Amino acid sequence: MTTTTLAVLVPLLPFLGAAAGLLLGRTAPGFVRPLAVLPTLAALALAAVVAVRQGGDAAIDSATELTPTGSVPVELALHIDGFAALVAVLVGFVATCVQIYSTGYLRDDPRYPSYAALVSLFTSAMLLVVYSGDLIVLLVGWEVMGICSYFLVGHYWETPEARAASIKAFLVTKLGDVPFLIGLFALATDAGSFRITKVLGTVAGGGLHHPTLIALLLLAGVAGKSAQFPLHTWLPDAMAGPTPVSALIHAATMVAAGVYFIARLLPVFEASSAAMVVLAVMAAVTMAGSGLAALAQDDIKRVLAYSTIGQLGYMTGALAVGDRGAAVFHLLSHGAFKALLFLAAGVIIHASGTNSLAAMSRMGNLRARVPDAFWTMTVALLALAAIPPFSGFFSKESVLGAAEHAATEHTSHIPGAAGWIVLVAGLLTALLTAAYATRLWLLAFHGRGVEAPDHGRQPVAMNAVLWVLAVPSLALGGLAYRVLPDWFDGRDLTPTLTTSVLGTGVALVGGILTYGAWRHTTALAARAPMGAVAAHPEGDAGLVEAEAIASHTAAYGDVASAPDPADPGRLLLGPLHRHAASGFHLDAVYAVLFVRPVMAAASLVRFLDREVVDTYVSGAGTLPRLLGAAVRRAQTGNMQTYVSALLAGTVVLTVAVLLVATGA
Amino acid sequence: MHLVYPAVLSALLFCTGIYGVLARRNAILVLMSVELMLNAVNLNLVAFDVWLSRTADEKLHSGQALTLFTIAIAAAEIGIGLAIVLAVYRGRGTSDIDKLRDTAEGYETDGPDSDAVDGDGTEPPAAEKAEATA
Amino acid sequence: MTLAAIASATATTAPATVAATHPHGFLSPTGAEIAFLLVGLVTFGAALVTVTTKQLVHAALWLVVALGGLAVEYLLLTAEFIAWVQVLIYVGSVVVLLLFGLMLTKAPIGRSPDADSGNRWAALAVAVAAAAALVWVVVDAFRATWMDLDGPAAGSTAVTGASLFQNWVLPFEALSVLLLAALVGAIVLSRKAKAESSSPPVNSRGATGSSPSVPDSRNHTFGRNGRSQGNDPTERNTPSQLKNPTELKNPTELKNPTKLKNPTEHNNPTEQKGAR
Repeated sequence: MTTTTLAVLVPLLPFLGAAAGLLLGRTAPGFVRPLAVLPTLAALALAAVVAVRQGGDAAIDSATELTPTGSVPVELALHIDGFAALVAVLVGFVATCVQIYSTGYLRDDPRYPSYAALVSLFTSAMLLVVYSGDLIVLLVGWEVMGICSYFLVGHYWETPEARAASIKAFLVTKLGDVPFLIGLFALATDAGSFRITKVLGTVAGGGLHHPTLIALLLLAGVAGKSAQFPLHTWLPDAMAGPTPVSALIHAATMVAAGVYFIARLLPVFEASSAAMVVLAVMAAVTMAGSGLAALAQDDIKRVLAYSTIGQLGYMTGALAVGDRGAAVFHLLSHGAFKALLFLAAGVIIHASGTNSLAAMSRMGNLRARVPDAFWTMTVALLALAAIPPFSGFFSKESVLGAAEHAATEHTSHIPGAAGWIVLVAGLLTALLTAAYATRLWLLAFHGRGVEAPDHGRQPVAMNAVLWVLAVPSLALGGLAYRVLPDWFDGRDLTPTLTTSVLGTGVALVGGILTYGAWRHTTALAARAPMGAVAAHPEGDAGLVEAEAIASHTAAYGDVASAPDPADPGRLLLGPLHRHAASGFHLDAVYAVLFVRPVMAAASLVRFLDREVVDTYVSGAGTLPRLLGAAVRRAQTGNMQTYVSALLAGTVVLTVAVLLVATGA
Repeated sequence: MHLVYPAVLSALLFCTGIYGVLARRNAILVLMSVELMLNAVNLNLVAFDVWLSRTADEKLHSGQALTLFTIAIAAAEIGIGLAIVLAVYRGRGTSDIDKLRDTAEGYETDGPDSDAVDGDGTEPPAAEKAEATA
Repeated sequence: MTLAAIASATATTAPATVAATHPHGFLSPTGAEIAFLLVGLVTFGAALVTVTTKQLVHAALWLVVALGGLAVEYLLLTAEFIAWVQVLIYVGSVVVLLLFGLMLTKAPIGRSPDADSGNRWAALAVAVAAAAALVWVVVDAFRATWMDLDGPAAGSTAVTGASLFQNWVLPFEALSVLLLAALVGAIVLSRKAKAESSSPPVNSRGATGSSPSVPDSRNHTFGRNGRSQGNDPTERNTPSQLKNPTELKNPTELKNPTKLKNPTEHNNPTEQKGAR
């Protein structure tokens, strides 16, 4: 088979698996698990073959136009370069891990067939986005991913949090997708084609008429999809979905799609230095803000969600300084260790019966209960905090190195300000990342108190996946940073000394600070007992998690934070803690800016409809009814009355005719 | 003979019949009034037949033939009419025309011209309703 | 006036010499005219009494006078056969039939105050207006028209018979069939329909007798049905509505004789069936 055929099969197989899973879910439950896992696994294998065959050489381009569709042609096009090949392997890898993990995590869930089918469909859409060489085909995959995301966030639709999160994810990402669509059209109008290669050719030839406008419009869609400031607010709430979904969609792949999209079209953005500065500012605000917010969250998954936002900020920061190799490098390593973090968090939530760090910090012996999750999560947290030699160190240092390069050495199309912004924010975020990673680790695994209720051994499928994911988290960066430049733009990804020392130093400072604060506050934990635990020794992990999410607000008064005096984050953040816990009140700002005006407008429209328009409508009904009532009175049933009227009319008509006929 | 005499008499008789049809309450009296109207028409037919048979030399005597037909049909009509009146009387206990108001739009919205009748007209149905729903 | 012109135009075929040789006028009436006028007055007066008298039987008798007067008028118009037919059929049979009808409907003997309906004044207005219009038109159209009654009678039995059986024989035969149909129809209508008139009361009586504890909801729907239809006689005459209670009731009482302690439950068998 040619490489093109294999590449076509990669998105197609999970799609067929999803369709078959949806069709057979009711009638043949035994086929659901194989249909969920095997197509994804096959897609991973094929993606690996495609990557090997492509080998970082010249991009594979293939296109066919099914039918003419108007002025700008839409083509089924493939464009597989080194980025696409490697990202597809990552997507297939994480998706396979998540599918296997889900068979254990949701083993008793009655809605597992539709869940697995949606995950497969999502995988297919993501692979389509990765391989697509046509912007409209990419958009199709982009929107299908969004749909799957909304459905999967709302998987536990019995809980109000999941329902609200699903709607919020829909609205916020749509807010970005509308400008995104307009931007695509504007781009295609300038380029005369939706093909990425032709678009890039047009950009290289200077044929773009409104680069800033187009770049900013596209940036809105990317901010929505990749959860960048100011459209990031849906991602923490999306943690109301099942943990494997969070791992796959909201950490490793879908949110990275925005970054990947910019990486593909980076020349378009580079054509406008204003767009690059905006991108840099966006990345910096996202990074720093999410680091602070992550330090204040109580829900373990929300900590990871804010962490995801921050790491995505690193990627956009790398793009803002024009180094897409660094961005995709960080995307790859982050995809591996963040998926591991989420999946391990799912195991912890199952074992402890709660998603609250405050409650975990009052549980003894959790570390011994889930040794696999403990060790793999330690690896992943070290990777997240960018401690050498874990993979996160190399990818993050490549980002910082690119920023330093852009800041110190004058390059043609990258503004120096962008480099400085990204560099400073990146170093600050490295500090914060290490801090919240340490806090998470300490609170989750070093609690003291009564033992957690026993939920039995974790399924082998879940633990095995953790170890599989731990391998790239540990070793990917170190092994790949020399090889990857061949696949990417060829720019060197080796960590530079300055940024390595600086980044590792601030990370260590952050970790030590947090440890000190924890030593200071952990004595308070015994004095302030709190925590609510969902105990379902027989239930699967999904059930425990759904209940934990649903009970968090009831137990702690807020879905995000807990009034825990033993929290080291409270000490570290000081007065900032209250604001950071609520995501710096961005939701409240949105409520004032958008929700309330919309509600007011809706009630106004409702008033107009009910009171004004309906008055005309009911008036139109009342008038004939009154007339009918008047006419009805004439129907007395008395025959003589009728005949009298008839004859009187006849006489009148006769006289009238006579008068007319005689000319009187 | 002046043609106006039978014509005017016919018109007056016809209008008398109209008044009877419209004003009489008993159905049989209404039938009588109908007979008056038919006879008025007959008189017209005979008179004009006599006039035209001479002045227009009309030999068919269509007026007289039609008069005979009208008389025969009137006899049939009175037979059928009386049979209907009897059937109604047997079913309703009355042969008063203004009590036969089944086609009225709701009994409670009767016209003001028959208030006294309404009381009588609504009572039996109400009694039946009560009986049926008891 | 054009009407007079039209009328005179139809009469233009009449030789003008007729008018010339027989000078006519309102002020010089002939004997036949005077007789016609007098009998006409009597006839009109009798007709008026017929439609206004309070005594129903008297109305029929005055109708005899009016119809008889008309027979005389026919005679005066030289239509003797019609006159005798009038006497035979109208005075002889129609009025007798009407009197029979009055007797069979138990019409009150003597003055009945409610002989006229409330529609009286409207009827009077319509009748007077119609009379005025008709008389005006007729007088206006035929004020200069005379008919010639001399010579052989226009309506003698021989002439009428010849005309009837030469020119009008087919309508005559058709008329005989019509009379037969009317005869049959009258017999069918006046026959007592025993099954129809007697069964509904029995049904409703059975229903009411056997349902001491009909739930209120069904009461309500029945009352609403009756009210919405607004004509209870038809309700009584349609057996389906009144058979419903018995159909609803009897099976349950037969099937569930022991469940009487819970009347609301077994009074709605259709709902129970629907639920199953």
